[in-house]
Amino acid sequence: MLSYLLLTLLLLSSAAYYLGRTRAFKVAGDHIRNLHSLPSFHGSYTALWCGLPALIVVAVWAMLQPGLILELMVAGLPPELRELPPDRLGLVLNDIRNLVSGNIVSSTPDPVILAAAEHYRNLRLIGYASLWVVALLLATAGIVHGWRAVSPTLRARNRVEQVVKALLIVSSTVAIFTTVGIVLSVLFESIRFFHKIPLTEFLFGLQWSPQTAIRADQIGSSGAFGAVPLFAGTLLISGIAMLVAVPIGLMSALYLSEYASPKFRAVAKPALEILAGIPTVVYGFFAALTVAPLIREAGTALGLQVASESALAAGLVMGIMIIPFVSSLSDDVINAVPQSMRDGSYALGATKSETIKRVLLPAALPGIVGSILLAVSRAIGETMIVVMAAGLSANLTANPLQAVTTVTVQIVTLLTGDQEFDSAKTLAAFALGLLLFIVTLILNVIALRVVRKYREQYE
Amino acid sequence: MNSLDDSAALPPPSRDIKTIVNAGLKRRHAAERRFRWFGLAAISLGLAFVVLMFANIIGKGYPAFWQTFIELPVAFDPAVIDPEGRRDPKALADADYAALIRASLRGLFPRVEGRRDLRELYGLVSSNAPFRLRGQVLDDPALIGATRSVWVLASAKVDTLIKGNINRTLDESLRPISDQEIAWVDRLIADGRLEQRFNTILFGNGDSREPEQAGIRGALMGSFYTLLITFLLSFPIGVATAVYLEEFAPKNRWTDLIEVNINNLAAVPSIVFGLLGLAVFINFFGLPRSAPLVGGLVLSLMTLPVIIIAGRAALTSVPPSIREAALGMGASKLQMVGHHVLPLAMPGMLTGSIIGMARALGESAPLLMIGMVAFIVDVPRGFTDPATVLPVQIYLWADLPERAFVERTSAAIMVLLGFMILMNGLAIVLRKRFERRW
Repeated sequence: MLSYLLLTLLLLSSAAYYLGRTRAFKVAGDHIRNLHSLPSFHGSYTALWCGLPALIVVAVWAMLQPGLILELMVAGLPPELRELPPDRLGLVLNDIRNLVSGNIVSSTPDPVILAAAEHYRNLRLIGYASLWVVALLLATAGIVHGWRAVSPTLRARNRVEQVVKALLIVSSTVAIFTTVGIVLSVLFESIRFFHKIPLTEFLFGLQWSPQTAIRADQIGSSGAFGAVPLFAGTLLISGIAMLVAVPIGLMSALYLSEYASPKFRAVAKPALEILAGIPTVVYGFFAALTVAPLIREAGTALGLQVASESALAAGLVMGIMIIPFVSSLSDDVINAVPQSMRDGSYALGATKSETIKRVLLPAALPGIVGSILLAVSRAIGETMIVVMAAGLSANLTANPLQAVTTVTVQIVTLLTGDQEFDSAKTLAAFALGLLLFIVTLILNVIALRVVRKYREQYE
Repeated sequence: MNSLDDSAALPPPSRDIKTIVNAGLKRRHAAERRFRWFGLAAISLGLAFVVLMFANIIGKGYPAFWQTFIELPVAFDPAVIDPEGRRDPKALADADYAALIRASLRGLFPRVEGRRDLRELYGLVSSNAPFRLRGQVLDDPALIGATRSVWVLASAKVDTLIKGNINRTLDESLRPISDQEIAWVDRLIADGRLEQRFNTILFGNGDSREPEQAGIRGALMGSFYTLLITFLLSFPIGVATAVYLEEFAPKNRWTDLIEVNINNLAAVPSIVFGLLGLAVFINFFGLPRSAPLVGGLVLSLMTLPVIIIAGRAALTSVPPSIREAALGMGASKLQMVGHHVLPLAMPGMLTGSIIGMARALGESAPLLMIGMVAFIVDVPRGFTDPATVLPVQIYLWADLPERAFVERTSAAIMVLLGFMILMNGLAIVLRKRFERRW
């Protein structure tokens, strides 16, 4: 429905552009220099008058209409339905909506609901019809207005440029709105969560079992929200990942920038960066189906007890994923060290490795630390590998052969599947999300600052 | 290790510096070789991981591109299909075609008796075989009464057996297929009634609980719609933001704030964007769950920083002389950008956007949050139909225990990686072809 309207508006705007342009030629008389602005600007001016107001109305309307229609429909329901408790009413409304969209409804619908669905459908139809009428009227009015405004003295270029500039500014605020949206969406739900569960219990509690009881006498649903096991699990897996990624990534970067021939570098660097382009689900699949069984078998052969979803498997594979991240960031940092420092070291008779160890690394250390911090923040926020390869059981352990769970795994498990929006269980996911956001933000800010400071030092 | 310090700390007058240096040289060179070897080992290890992963996925996934079919002589018995003989399409559509398949299988193996054995026998062919027969009859009602040989899909366990993924020497109770079923399959092979064909189902069907009927078409369409929304939103907004920040914005607190924001957004974990989508788009604006529309919105917010950063880099690489020349000719600032700077920066911007799109294609964590993990059989036909995307489909299949799904998961990964290679290749070609050095 809406897409057709948008298409029509687009067509009308192009027509308006054409009309405005021809009109500009006409009012220009014998020479185009009589016009203040080029004819195409007059065309754009008319097109903007045609499209912009109508588009704004359509956007606002489309946002308000569903809620409004629902209100109207509920008001039209018979009183015994209207006075149902909110959750039951929600079910009825769902039934009606399903009927309207032509889905299969579980039971044979009762006539009241059928009537309501009919009512809803009618309201929606009326809504869309009036939207069409209003939008088209506005668009034509816009064309007429723009067309009549075209004259040699009209400062069409300035006006059009003002609008375009305003659009550019609006686009650039999207980034800010996104951040605000993230903060608000996790913050509000988190505050509601902390009303139910105190912050101290969440941050320092040692037990995590988010199944809250539906009935009072239910077993196995303690509803404990102590997130320490999650932090420990996240740290354990990220730690293993860094143990894999930092040595391999750093050594590869050093080799590529100091030893490798340009030819080898040209092949090996992009090949290594393939690892960064592989989607994380693929790593997860690899971890769960190839690495985890391998580790388990190896452990059993050595007589060790290895959980089938061990932290080691997830950490190892995550480490592989982060290798190119560490290597390309430290590569940049190493290349930023001035050549004169290397030359000085060589002149004193140091070998290449001695130069690297004594001169290059100390000089590049802040930058390398920054890039490792960025990699850590990446590891903490990584989701798919741990969802697929790490477990769900919140064990508080430092043994990499056992199953642990992480913050991201818990967010996913708490929020996928059926959910009620008010239970502490779903709200907990937002609290974890807030925590994750804050921690990664701090890490990123520190890392970016360190890296920038370091770059300035050598520029 | 300490040779440098030692020589600096002890200046022995009796011994000549040269001998001291020479004495340590062997050790130092060994350390040098060792260090070099470590570097080479690290990079080989990294490259080995790349090779290993690709080999592993391709090795597991390539059999999924073939699928086993069984040839059955089917008698289109009018008494079953159309007992009233009126050729009424509705009656034809409702007829019991499974009975025809059963009769055909009994005809091939007349000595099988007993309910359990018969049920095993019927299990050789996939449960969608009757629909195939129905399609044939509805297409051509003249078939009724005739006997035709029809190739129907074999069930997943037959397929797995044929592909050699079931160990025949294992004890019967330990493998998913019984001795008697293996004997039937061997008979079918001997009769030339079994064949492996290119797996069109994988690309033509939506998801299914039966591995042999499951395909990635639904997920591919879902990915397509999602990415379309992502591109339509993030590309114009990203380009506009880059142009504003690079060409128009004054240097003040406000633009600093925008810049800091963009840099931070680029590093926010993807799952947090999923939380944003859930709280804002679904719970606040009431957009439908599981819809490509919402997925596209979330992914476009994620891709935006990538496009903006790439766009700004492309804009800065256009030399100022172009701008000055345009302004000198009397162009307005917007004309200067629109007619000269933007077209010159466009290849770089497109390259960045394609790379951003490739990343969005592989992204799954935020989409789990907005309900794109549902089991959806139908192929989505619009932006608001429930859908899933390719990486999420991989995630869903990876959870399923059947061996046949492991194969299909790997095949889906191959398709996904194929698309990513294609997109990145396109970006490289664009860069090579249109990049200008000033």
